[in-house]
Amino acid sequence: MFFLKGDSVNMAPNSIHWFRKGLRLHDNPALQEAVRGADTVRCVYFLDPWFAGSSNLGVHRWRFLLQCLDDLDSNLRKLNSRLFVIRGQPANVFPRLFKEWKISRLTFEYDSEPFGKERDAAIKKLAMEAGVEVIVKISHTLYNLDKITELNGGQPPLTYKRFQTLISRMDPPEMPVETLSNTIMGCCVTPVSEDHGDKYGVPSLEELGFDIEGLPSAVWPGGETEALTRIERHLERKAWVANFERPRMNANSLLASPTGLSPYLRFGCLSCRLFYFKLTDLYRKVKKNNTPPLSLYGQLLWREFFYTAATTNPRFDKMEGNPICVRIPWDKNPEALAKWAEAKTGFPWIDAIMTQLRQEGWIHHLARHAVACFLTRGDLWISWEEGMKVFEELLLDADWSVNAGSWMWLSCSSFFQQFFHCYCPVGFGRRTDPNGDFIRRYLPILRGFPAKYIYDPWNAPDSVQAAAKCIIGVHYPKPMVNHAEASRLNIERMKQIYQQLSRYRGLGKNFTIFFCHAVFFPLACFPGYHHMPDTGHSSGLYRCNVSHDMAGPQHSGNRHRNVYCMLHEYHTVNITYSLYIPIYNILCGVQQATCCTQEEVLQVRGSESRNEILTVKMTLSPPLTSYNGKLQRSRRFMLPVGTSRVW
Amino acid sequence: MHRRVVGQKGGDDAEEGPGAPELCKRLRQDDSEDGAVDWRLLPEEILLQIFQYLPLLDRAFASQVCRGWNQTFHTPELWRCFEFELNQPASSYLKATHPDLIKQIIKRHSNHLQYVSFKVDSSTESAEAACDILSQLVNCSLKTLGLISTARPSFMELPKSHFISALTVVFVNSKSLSSLKIDDTPVDDPSLKVLVANNSDTLKLLKMSSCPHVSPAGILCVADQCHGLRELALNYHLLSDELLLALSSERHVHLEHLRIDVVSENPGQQFHSIKKSSWDAMVRHSPKFNLVMYFFLYENEFGPFFGDEVPVTHLYFGRSVSKEVLGRVGLTCPRLVELVVCANGLRPLDEELIRIAERCRQLSAIGLGECEVSCSAFVEFVKMCGGRLTQLSIMEEVLVPDSKYGPDDIHWEVSKHLGRVWFPDMMPTW
Repeated sequence: MFFLKGDSVNMAPNSIHWFRKGLRLHDNPALQEAVRGADTVRCVYFLDPWFAGSSNLGVHRWRFLLQCLDDLDSNLRKLNSRLFVIRGQPANVFPRLFKEWKISRLTFEYDSEPFGKERDAAIKKLAMEAGVEVIVKISHTLYNLDKITELNGGQPPLTYKRFQTLISRMDPPEMPVETLSNTIMGCCVTPVSEDHGDKYGVPSLEELGFDIEGLPSAVWPGGETEALTRIERHLERKAWVANFERPRMNANSLLASPTGLSPYLRFGCLSCRLFYFKLTDLYRKVKKNNTPPLSLYGQLLWREFFYTAATTNPRFDKMEGNPICVRIPWDKNPEALAKWAEAKTGFPWIDAIMTQLRQEGWIHHLARHAVACFLTRGDLWISWEEGMKVFEELLLDADWSVNAGSWMWLSCSSFFQQFFHCYCPVGFGRRTDPNGDFIRRYLPILRGFPAKYIYDPWNAPDSVQAAAKCIIGVHYPKPMVNHAEASRLNIERMKQIYQQLSRYRGLGKNFTIFFCHAVFFPLACFPGYHHMPDTGHSSGLYRCNVSHDMAGPQHSGNRHRNVYCMLHEYHTVNITYSLYIPIYNILCGVQQATCCTQEEVLQVRGSESRNEILTVKMTLSPPLTSYNGKLQRSRRFMLPVGTSRVW
Repeated sequence: MHRRVVGQKGGDDAEEGPGAPELCKRLRQDDSEDGAVDWRLLPEEILLQIFQYLPLLDRAFASQVCRGWNQTFHTPELWRCFEFELNQPASSYLKATHPDLIKQIIKRHSNHLQYVSFKVDSSTESAEAACDILSQLVNCSLKTLGLISTARPSFMELPKSHFISALTVVFVNSKSLSSLKIDDTPVDDPSLKVLVANNSDTLKLLKMSSCPHVSPAGILCVADQCHGLRELALNYHLLSDELLLALSSERHVHLEHLRIDVVSENPGQQFHSIKKSSWDAMVRHSPKFNLVMYFFLYENEFGPFFGDEVPVTHLYFGRSVSKEVLGRVGLTCPRLVELVVCANGLRPLDEELIRIAERCRQLSAIGLGECEVSCSAFVEFVKMCGGRLTQLSIMEEVLVPDSKYGPDDIHWEVSKHLGRVWFPDMMPTW
């Protein structure tokens, strides 16, 4: 029998399904494509043993992955198939596999991340050259992310609210496809050789060079089978409490829960679409209500949001060169960073969370907020990129997009928030778990402290420390910063940055937009300040000229008119119209500020011919941010409360 | 390269300056004749105008085009405002102002500088470099000076004498400083005396939060002498009845902003209190002044605060604040405009918020972090304040659903009372 290369017309094809994420047999459309009408199918996973030792993934993540692969292999065995774990790099190995196995079809799940897209494009090219048909299916996200971006006018949405609006305008996600079964397999087989175990078996942690002595058993066992058990438990619990709100945080929710799903979604052991539709069904059953609110899918949508924001941005995980990230003058401080990462900050709440992260690979999302805030804008003023790297190593569910996106969010570097507060490393924990059991569990050294002092043991009298057999400064470190002082400083720094952002010269070749208000320190370090006549200080009023934007598309008739204005200073601003623009309403008062920020420019609506002086109270800031090197206005950018105006 | 900067759309840009139309015509003529634009014909005023919109680096590149442009590059107007960025590679991710540029500025433009700021990273070297530059600014007359620590307060790590001598160079030479920002620096009473002796007529703004070497007497001397002072920021331990009386003396102009940071250095610290009569004098003298107060205290340290009426307009509770203190805020802060509560205990703040809505008739912005409010009480609060609430930032977790409103209908109800679409703030669940 002769095979012609790429001859899939007469012959049933030989397929490879390439697993990366999506480590499951349920709802795996690409895997189904591999099997459909095929003669043979081989499921491969690439592992680079050399990479394993040098990569920055921690042992917990490797163990989780290997357990996923083991589970995948044993589920494939039930279908008389096997998983092929290939040692090496896809680009190097694929050409050989194509030849050796006479492959004519390659299938894999779509990867939306920039690095993945690049890698996949190279493999596609390679496959095409070898005459191999490539089929790619979306199943790691609920939606086709490019569609979301398209709906938003070509830019990924920068706020979660905007994202929700877009989602509500789209069709619901596609239904999950059937689980791979013997029926679907049909006459498609997997040729398995005698020495499959030696050649393609799932390696152990020791084989990858990890020292597993003393490694505690996994709190989060990996694999599709575990994921499917968990989702049932998760839904049962939801049905039982008949409560679909986000559970309120308490001492218990800090601990790893047997109904937790995030690592399984990360590795694709659980299909997000399956989760989505199971939630929908349950909601309808329990609430007898036809339309579940978007908030039901919160966890899934946040993930989707960050994937969307990252898919076209290869610098998403960096500050420099990342168009959506505010440049913040973070401090470089390796010692302080190490203390944070190694749970030696001297704040039991922070250290307990970091210990849990290191031991188990998962922490509650509010605990993430607490440690991320502490590292960045709250206390240490260290770059979010450093924190992100530590999470990448330790956190089971750390995905490139979601990890970087969350860190930018939590450090106030992007996805502009209005509200701006620092979690207190003492009070936040105390409110969540007043008794301090969480701390005693992860920091046994502090076990002897009474609840009163367990969050701030340095304030405990010597006698209490002696009774607890833990002297602060000897057995447990003293707090590395004075939180009150640090948060005061850092709020000040953030304010500086955001105020300067709002002062950017923006837009238009003719005019400048400055909507600078209530800057407590209005005179110094104000680029361009000297252009303005210093008339205001005596009256507290400043004058500025508003000129017509001649380039605007709608400058005739009674339509809205775009006006760029140059506003300096705070309080009341007198806007003098130097051109004869008919005016009757200016939308820049406080009330309409949200509307203003939605539009590209401040709008002035014209009707009758009048030349007048308007007094406008500006209290909100313009959405100015840097995008693609140019200064543009983001959709929603307001100074966070506490950084705006007279603060 | 034919980059048409001017004359692209004729009329549009013509309003820029009187000479522009002819210039455009001339440029176009040249363009059509031999295909080249004679940039020398660009009047200096226009070039200057363009330069003002260019970042320094681009201006520097442009200055290498020809002698004329180089001359414009050095026009004093372009050097009035300068921000020195002093960063070390070991402690900062950001670039620093090039040392050669600093040298050039000191050599050629130090007499043009008027609005100067120093941004300094967390290293002592950078703070030292800032002082070195300051002490060379002998022949300039600054109007504004800002010393800004972008990370940790590195000026505090300098020997005090070194810092003071650099700063006094500016104080003595400038004579017309109107604005001075020296937060987190080792400035002391004698140096403030020098400031006052030389700049008392012009000083309008003084920002000096967390300057531990200044005493209440030191700041009192500033308030006594600088009658034009409109904006002042300092820590609570410098605030005294005498200071408020000095600021509200007849000779003193109306105060616009007073910012007070209340920070506790050690737990259980005792704070002095300010007499109601002193605040009353202040309000009588400057009825419109903003009193901004930042609190970074433990709950048990609020004793002396909010007992009597206080004319605070902007309140920020950076650490936890008790339910009881918030209850007092409603009773004692009739001028309150903005309120931010970062954290509170686990008991809902229902009555406290409603009392604030009732008593604080100017309240227009509120932010709530780690606290709890029942949805009904929150709706009631918004209903009472209505459209004057221009900023309403409430973390999602703050709102506790009750029998009347769930998490999904609260945003409709609140939007209705506000007259605009409103949502609570959300944090990623991840």
